[in-house]
Amino acid sequence: MSTRTIQGQKNLQDINQASKDGIGGSPLRPDGTLKVKGEFAYSSDLWHEDMLWGMALRSPHPRANILSVDISEAVKLPGVYAVLTHDDIPGSKFYGLEIQDQPALAIDKVRYHGEAIAIVAADHPETARRAVKKIKVEYEVLTPIVTEEQCLDPETYGYVHEPHEFKSHGHGNICHSQKLVHGGGVTDEIRALADVVVSGHYEVGMQDQAFLGPESGLAVPAEDGGMDLYVATQWLHVDRQQVAPVLGIPEEKLRLTLAGVGGAFGGREDLSMQIHACLLAQRTGKPVKIVYARDESFFGHVHRHPAKMYYEHGATRDGKLVYADARIVLDGGAYASASPAVVGNAASLGHGPYNIPNVRMEAIALYSNNPSCGAMRGFGAVQACFGYETQMDKLAAELGMDPVELRQLNAMSEGDPMPTGQVIDSPAPVAQLLQIVKDRPLPPPLDLDNLDVRTLPGALSNTSHGEGIVRGVGYSVGIKNVGFSEGFDDYSTARVRLEVIGGEPVAMVHTAMAEVGQGGITVHAQIARTELGVEQVTIHPANTEVGSAGSTSASRQTYMTGGAVKYAAEAVKAALIEKGRRRYGWTQTDIILLGGKVISEAGGPLVSIVDLLGDEAIDLTREHHHRPTVPFDKETGQGFGHVQYTFCANRAVVDVDIELGLVKVVELTAAQDVGKALNPLSVIGQIQGGCTQALGLAVMEEIIVKDGKVRNASFTDYLIPTILDVPPIPVDMLELPDPHAPYGLRGVGEAPTVSATPSIVAAIRQATGIALNRIPVRPEHLTGTL
Amino acid sequence: MEFLRPATWDEALAAKAEYPTALPISGGTDVMVEMNFDVHRPSAILDLNRITELSEWQIADDVVQLGASVPYTRIINELSGPLPGLALAAHTVGSPQIRNRGGVGGNLGGASPAGDAHPALLAAGRDVFVEVASQARGTRLIAIDDFYVGVKRNSMEKDELIRRVHIPVADGPQQFSKIGTRNAMVIAVCAFGFALHPKNGTVGTGIGSAAPTPRRAVEAEEYLAGVLAERGLWQSGDLLGTEVIQRFGELVKAAASPIDDVRGTAEYRRHSLAVMARRTLTWTWNDYSKQIRSAA
Repeated sequence: MSTRTIQGQKNLQDINQASKDGIGGSPLRPDGTLKVKGEFAYSSDLWHEDMLWGMALRSPHPRANILSVDISEAVKLPGVYAVLTHDDIPGSKFYGLEIQDQPALAIDKVRYHGEAIAIVAADHPETARRAVKKIKVEYEVLTPIVTEEQCLDPETYGYVHEPHEFKSHGHGNICHSQKLVHGGGVTDEIRALADVVVSGHYEVGMQDQAFLGPESGLAVPAEDGGMDLYVATQWLHVDRQQVAPVLGIPEEKLRLTLAGVGGAFGGREDLSMQIHACLLAQRTGKPVKIVYARDESFFGHVHRHPAKMYYEHGATRDGKLVYADARIVLDGGAYASASPAVVGNAASLGHGPYNIPNVRMEAIALYSNNPSCGAMRGFGAVQACFGYETQMDKLAAELGMDPVELRQLNAMSEGDPMPTGQVIDSPAPVAQLLQIVKDRPLPPPLDLDNLDVRTLPGALSNTSHGEGIVRGVGYSVGIKNVGFSEGFDDYSTARVRLEVIGGEPVAMVHTAMAEVGQGGITVHAQIARTELGVEQVTIHPANTEVGSAGSTSASRQTYMTGGAVKYAAEAVKAALIEKGRRRYGWTQTDIILLGGKVISEAGGPLVSIVDLLGDEAIDLTREHHHRPTVPFDKETGQGFGHVQYTFCANRAVVDVDIELGLVKVVELTAAQDVGKALNPLSVIGQIQGGCTQALGLAVMEEIIVKDGKVRNASFTDYLIPTILDVPPIPVDMLELPDPHAPYGLRGVGEAPTVSATPSIVAAIRQATGIALNRIPVRPEHLTGTL
Repeated sequence: MEFLRPATWDEALAAKAEYPTALPISGGTDVMVEMNFDVHRPSAILDLNRITELSEWQIADDVVQLGASVPYTRIINELSGPLPGLALAAHTVGSPQIRNRGGVGGNLGGASPAGDAHPALLAAGRDVFVEVASQARGTRLIAIDDFYVGVKRNSMEKDELIRRVHIPVADGPQQFSKIGTRNAMVIAVCAFGFALHPKNGTVGTGIGSAAPTPRRAVEAEEYLAGVLAERGLWQSGDLLGTEVIQRFGELVKAAASPIDDVRGTAEYRRHSLAVMARRTLTWTWNDYSKQIRSAA
């Protein structure tokens, strides 16, 4: 409505302006200033009188049998209130997002480095730490199953989950798999149609979400035998669904409230400390707080699946793709987590936003004794994009074509089918996005006479004063789905209340949406302002008193819960107008709410909302379900599997010190179709943030795992980009509405994380001439010193 | 855990004598991180923040007496002239917040091979001394070459504290380079400090993160000092030539004995040390040549 003008109604315009803080505006987020000033209350700041501190004992081994656990010394320590093992769990001993294969506390064996075995509650964190050290565990250490070869040969190397305890859809050490065949598939006959063939093996390292707020929460036992849990999470209701059975209490007796979230990026989709805090609170009858230390955080959440990929593309001499073949092997680690969905994304999106008449794909996720991997921004699509975009560059080089033109020649657009057979039925401006980033003026070349060392690779580390620096430029484009796929109904619920407070109409929005920093609460207020014509909007704390809002992931929250707020607000508006019709006998059909008034667009103001509402409150709840999808066929991968697609294109400009292998990204341009930017400032922030996380994957971010053991569980050695690593990120937003989505919007959070990484690697490749088939690119790769 | 807060240097020495296992803390940028990571739980903490003289510096007889707790930010702002190499190294330490708190005393006390100050101190010459003291035996000066004795070990006694560092005022150009896999806030993959000492005709080097201790590239120093003397280059300021620069880099590389770890491979460390040695030598020599020519 902010884009709507009421033409020919001068009198109305004079008295009533749509709120500048409605949709399409960029009101500042309410949590922003607090966070910058260090005043925001995060979940780690929670406090309760008489609370205890919980702590876990974790396995130092990636694979071992537990022969015995002796807690006797720990229990004796003064100040210790409880020491629990799996024996003490009153309800179900397993949990999991999709497959309940993960024990809340290890049972007789550990499957990854850092798996929790016992938990302690004590009156001080230091006491808890000492108690944990007094627990004696006797292990029979086993050789971990960590490589693809080992995983695929369980008879020789063993089972991560023994066949009798196997709970996933796969078999052996395969957690999940998905095949896909499109057109004629890939056969010798099809291969023969191609003039040029390029292929390659590609590898993606294990990235971490690296959120700054460690896992933390507070469980408070209630008088009714239930539990109140305050926690930083991405989806309150799915936490409740997993925790309640372990506690042996009905879901309705477990009430969750969102605590301040310090970043998520997928890493809070799985449970971390929730069950442990609740078990300890249930046992002791006291509130229990758990806050992970930084190193524990690296063990306490899942990571991005590392991938090994094979890609093969065939094309005609003039650059038209004939076929594409791929196999993507994702290491899911010890437990399933989101592996099935990651596999589904990799298989269905893994050939990119291109029209390819013949396609074959197989994606699998392994069980291994490596750290568990699950959701992280752009999952499945991120890994694949590095593969297919590297292939596009390779093909362009082979054909002697411009890499952007090759991509544009094969780019899909609205009306084209995905390899899954699903026809894209909303804008897909892939070629246009590439053109936008290509047309942007390039940043100026290095000025060797006026060097600022901070702008060079190495920056203040003072490794170059211009020596060895070579510039490179690279392009990429990516595709991501929005929302949960493959038949999942990830609906959202919103409650909107309109009442008069202090002589002003005030709307209240109540959802269970996890605000993890994405700006959802800002957008909810904007929607309420626009739909209800009010300025004052309060956001109710997110909790389980209202229905599920689904997960803050898959770029879905503005689409889904934002949509639910829109529909609830529309229902409130309709009820209010109906009340006016009954009271005043209005017959107009052009009634809207604007500037605190009920207005006939033709006739002018009818009554103020305050006068119409009086003492009454209108309080309505609505659910928003997206259009249904279906599971992909297991063998052919065919099906209407995704709700919406989103596209981003990037151009990266890098300076590489080719002698030292150090990289400075000079500029990272992004162009993305966002459908409709409800809050342009937030959308740009999402795109820039997504690009930054992609930059991290390109050149530095990796959890280093050796023989199943994590080697760098700290921010000293798990490096994420600093301000000196992040370049200017110019953003072009296209607003091509999707007719199926509320306000025509498109989910925005993930597409740039998918697409930006390969553009940076392509730029480094151009600068160095080195075939870079693994990310993150390390100095060793660029200097031949691996 | 005891928490000791002496008000004076003598009280601090007394406290250290009474609690030899007490861990001294000043900026806390190392100690607090290690405690948070549960690396150690010292029996006592000796807080030196009340002793103001530790945060002071002065110059006497062309030697900077640098208090152990003078933060890196002040080294950058106040001592870039007399201590250019150390100031460049200070630039690469952590973040602004860390540089506001951390000082050279902590680097020396921790004696990590990755400490950023060490290569600059070694390069500053053999007349760099760490002034330590104990209540029982008073003050002694430890030559920087005798200070580092093992991985995270120095030659101090348990009852001693670091008071200050004596560093000659630079008499020639100095440089410092450090490799990190990001462009700020990074622990050194390896580092190299280099200094020209025209007054006594020597050069100084310091290698960081590429051996069990920070160390000097002795052969490289001797080779280069020899060439500079033989060819009269100190006087002429003429070009060194690529052969000399190359050879110097190779000798620096040969002086390192790095390992493979999560931050980098041994081979990369050796390779990048050679590159940094060549570059820092080139920069300093260019600066020196300019000085000679402008003086002539």
